Amino acid sequence: MRFTFKTDYDQDIRIVKHGGYVWSYGVLLALLALAPFVLSSYLQSQMVFVFIYAIVGVALMILTGFTGQASIGHAAFLAIGAYTAGYMQSKGIPFVVYFPLAAVLTGGIGVIVGFPALRLHGIYLVIATIAFGLIVEEVLARWESVTHGNEGMRVKALDILGWVMPRDGAAFYVLTLLTLVGVLVVALNLLRSPTGRAFIAIRDSETAAKSMGIDLAGYKVKSFAISAAITGLAGALFAHKMSFISPEMFTLLLSIEFIMVIIIGGAFGLHGAVMGAVFMVMIDPVLTELKDGLPGAAGRFFGMAGMKGAIYGLIIMMFILFEPLGLYGRWLKIKLFFQLFPLYKKATFKRQKTYVKSERNR
Amino acid sequence: MSYFKVDAITLRFGGLVAVDAVSFEIEKGEIFTIIGPNGAGKTSIFNLISRLYNPTSGRLYFEGRDITELAPHEIARLGIARTFQNIELFDNASMLANLLVGRHCHTKTKLWQEMLFLPSVRAAEKAHRHMVEEIIEFLDLQPYRDKIIAGLPYGVRKVVELARALCSEPKLILLDEPSSGLNVEETTDMSFWIRDIRTELGITVLMVEHDMSLVNRVSDRVLALNYGKVLTLGTPAEVQNHPDVIAAYLGA
Repeated sequence: MRFTFKTDYDQDIRIVKHGGYVWSYGVLLALLALAPFVLSSYLQSQMVFVFIYAIVGVALMILTGFTGQASIGHAAFLAIGAYTAGYMQSKGIPFVVYFPLAAVLTGGIGVIVGFPALRLHGIYLVIATIAFGLIVEEVLARWESVTHGNEGMRVKALDILGWVMPRDGAAFYVLTLLTLVGVLVVALNLLRSPTGRAFIAIRDSETAAKSMGIDLAGYKVKSFAISAAITGLAGALFAHKMSFISPEMFTLLLSIEFIMVIIIGGAFGLHGAVMGAVFMVMIDPVLTELKDGLPGAAGRFFGMAGMKGAIYGLIIMMFILFEPLGLYGRWLKIKLFFQLFPLYKKATFKRQKTYVKSERNR
Repeated sequence: MSYFKVDAITLRFGGLVAVDAVSFEIEKGEIFTIIGPNGAGKTSIFNLISRLYNPTSGRLYFEGRDITELAPHEIARLGIARTFQNIELFDNASMLANLLVGRHCHTKTKLWQEMLFLPSVRAAEKAHRHMVEEIIEFLDLQPYRDKIIAGLPYGVRKVVELARALCSEPKLILLDEPSSGLNVEETTDMSFWIRDIRTELGITVLMVEHDMSLVNRVSDRVLALNYGKVLTLGTPAEVQNHPDVIAAYLGA
């Protein structure tokens, strides 16, 4: 096990805590950069979806994992980003303009959603965000002059100042990867500065946060805005990846998939968002295989309408019951097991029950 | 004008009068204690001062300024910090992160600067950490720096909460039952720290406390409450021997 002896504040502040991480994450990044030259086009395409899901996962992690504000409406933010990109591209606006604009616009919508959310807690906030998702879905279907309604909208290949990036190409893959890395760095920066700590404070005790000088309303709205803006970026990339967008792609089920990304990954660290994204993207081919690959009655069983949602529900329940810390939590446990071998004890990750909180003060 | 003044403050929950026209003044550098039986309205007064409750009537003044209408988060910026009776820490964060939240009212960096973690943000972070380390040293919390709060024993959490309040460099600190749940030894430590907070850090202390030995050891003046009303105000010895106070605790 590695013990870092701290002699300097910088050691605590910097993102890379020790030399080992430079190697492990460096190798990971190098492998990811080389992937498009090695992987089949199917796997490469899946990887792009992993990156897009991971970007949304990071966004949701900031809002739900760190600020403690649940949202089952992130498919709507994704849709807003996607439609902004599609519409602006069709009007001849270049990518370098509409990509950041998709984030700004979606962030603005996030602020609008954030304000009414200030007065809502827990399950009521969840219901409000579901309602928001349904409203956006409906607006997309009706606002035909912009969105072409239920017919959907074609999105041309991405074009950065004349450099066309086809959606299956290596360039598009690298662009999505870079966006994910950029978003991760911004999120890490936030988490090591006062704003990130304020988010965590709000999650753990609103009463204490208030009396430590944290403006609850301001920071909750900021969290919504940041989360929405990042999802907007993912939406723009999503539109180009799909090359066709229509309202029925951004349903409640997609929002639930995003929530699953952070529950399965582990809603307490950014690693969780990425691990959850890998799981969620890779589960789809498994489900397809169950449906088409199994013979007779078993195949028909998995082919039933609505089976996907049912299996998702089952997966969420299993994770909450047996591994509430998610894949990242499991990873930490396995790592600790080998670091402490043979002294690992199960109770290491058991947390003491917290004492009575003054709920009435919030 | 006195340093901190509570002027005829009243708090009503429907028909129940929790705090009934309570007035008192605190001098700069004083250790002022509020005592009283359960339900006397002690914590309600704290919640009124930190603006978690809105008073039905009455005013609050700090350094000559009317603070009755301020939002809760603005109170901290003025230099009033508090602890809670039941400990309100950020359970799933490290102790260091908890103490750094205490520095929040001194942050000046903007959101976009923090997103890019500009050198100005880094410099501010180091300054915050320096201050936090001084408080950690002051309260002997070194062993717990990177520990998650949820795994710490009750006695330590109590001290961490005090530390978090001190990290905001307050001028007035409100301590809600600093000794509750502590053993004799920990209570003795707490009494030394409370005196050090006043003498070394120059912070005025307002506390609610049940442990009379602690009250006697540290308080300059004591206010006794019962059913939201002031019974008496004076030195610890005067208050303890006051017939109304004895009646309130032991029955007439």
